[in-house]
Amino acid sequence: MLAEPSAGRAPLAGPGPLVDIHAHFLHSSSGRADWRAVNDARFRAGERMGITVHVASVLGSWGWTSPIYFPSPRDVSMGNDEMLAIQASESARVRSYVTVNPNDTGHALGEIARLTDRGAVGIKLAASRRADDPLLDPIAEEAARRGLPVLHHIWQHRTREWPNQEISDGVDLGRLAARHPRATFILAHIGGGGDYRHTFPAVEDLSNVYLDISGSGVDRGMLDDALHAVGAGRMLWGCDITMETGLAKLRALEVIGIPAEDMADIRWRNAARIFPRGSLPSLPAPGDESFAKSATGGAVQ
Amino acid sequence: MSVDVNTFIGGYPFRHLPHPDPDVLVRVLEREGVSAAWTGHLPSAFHRDPYAGNERLFAALDAYAGALLPTPAIHPAWPKWERRLGEVLGNGAVAIRAYPAQWGLGPHDPAMLELACACGEANVPLLLTTRFEDPRQRHWMDTAGDLSGAAIRAIARSHAKVKVVVTSAGRALVEEVHWGLTPAERARVWWDISWIWGPPSDDLAHLLRTVGGDRFLYGSGWPLRLTQTPKANLQLLPEDASGIELADVAELQHGANDHE
Repeated sequence: MLAEPSAGRAPLAGPGPLVDIHAHFLHSSSGRADWRAVNDARFRAGERMGITVHVASVLGSWGWTSPIYFPSPRDVSMGNDEMLAIQASESARVRSYVTVNPNDTGHALGEIARLTDRGAVGIKLAASRRADDPLLDPIAEEAARRGLPVLHHIWQHRTREWPNQEISDGVDLGRLAARHPRATFILAHIGGGGDYRHTFPAVEDLSNVYLDISGSGVDRGMLDDALHAVGAGRMLWGCDITMETGLAKLRALEVIGIPAEDMADIRWRNAARIFPRGSLPSLPAPGDESFAKSATGGAVQ
Repeated sequence: MSVDVNTFIGGYPFRHLPHPDPDVLVRVLEREGVSAAWTGHLPSAFHRDPYAGNERLFAALDAYAGALLPTPAIHPAWPKWERRLGEVLGNGAVAIRAYPAQWGLGPHDPAMLELACACGEANVPLLLTTRFEDPRQRHWMDTAGDLSGAAIRAIARSHAKVKVVVTSAGRALVEEVHWGLTPAERARVWWDISWIWGPPSDDLAHLLRTVGGDRFLYGSGWPLRLTQTPKANLQLLPEDASGIELADVAELQHGANDHE
């Protein structure tokens, strides 16, 4: 059962909206008996921290019936259906990415249409095909046409091939982003493994690439370097599969001493800008008078 | 509030660390509400002979007595290491660091086991570091690999009085070692929480429930890692685990302080 530890307590991440743009959920066909407990734990910790919206994806069967990073068309659709079911049952705090495998191009485009009609707000690309491969072009074109940001799984500086995934790094994603300047890309988890310092110069000049600061990595200097490379206006807060590191990074940003406006950008305002207008619940919409005013409420106390 | 058993001063050979200095560490501890820290000299882990680093460590921490507690390194395959051990204990070391992976000492290396026995006889904790960085980001020259479970188990079995503190381990290593030891051997091993994941996998909560809070210590990995992480992890524990207390570092330090 979902615990409710946050009742009557101030959110650990401070007041103001907070959008986790890199979340995941499991489901009954993930091959894990504890799938529901893991999902409940995300909500429990989210409530305690004060997460307003979890923008999440399901990567097929999570390796149970096809590989995590090479999901079969059947598993892609099944996982997307599971993700949309969670969004439907938790509509006040969950939004979905459409996960696609670009190797099945027609299926991928069909999934984007099918799931966007049901309320998905972005596209998730993992490691099925290298980011600069031409197979990704129709997906990026569709993302731009529909105004959907693309969250792309990234290995910070790939120096070799790794089994069970066709990894991409910042340089690879940068090539795709340069070919599609009207599309918005989220470079996943600078704390998710690899050398993040390689990533920053790779994308610093590409204004349509945002850095997601999620991941288990909590190296001192990582956030300072990210701020220096792209500024708060192109950073997005998220957790991925370690929520304590997400909370720690918010507190580290506070210690760095960034202005309240920049903190609000990272916490939620950049997300509100890049996802389809009004698609994230419980947030002021861009253009609303409250959008700018409430930004100061984003500062961690 | 607590003692951070996993801090260093000094630089790291494979990337820039901002301000790895003792005065900064003292301010960080105060900000985080941590009363003191076991502090080592980070470059010494990569030196063939750590003794010059020990001298630097004691000199650098001298002005911060009580807040930064020295944890010098002893290389047990270096001549006259027993004499060095006596010296650093006399200078107030609260624990002894060793880096078998970085020094090329295998899991059953007799020199490591001799050091463990000597620390046990001296009633001072032996402090081991599982890793400094995520394996996915390491420099091509950084080939040491993580500390192995076999190495920790061998040390825990080496002497009835040994006290082993292992930092920066994840759930898999903790469970491999803990459940691979007898109850008496398990009682000789402590782990810091700096690299144990929180929600949604709730690895920390799982370990506190199954292994027990008395086997875990507060640790951050500063200056390599954000010092805010362990506190955030504890604050995000589910309610049934949030009341489980961590081990009391004072019990571990008790024997070490007798040498001063």
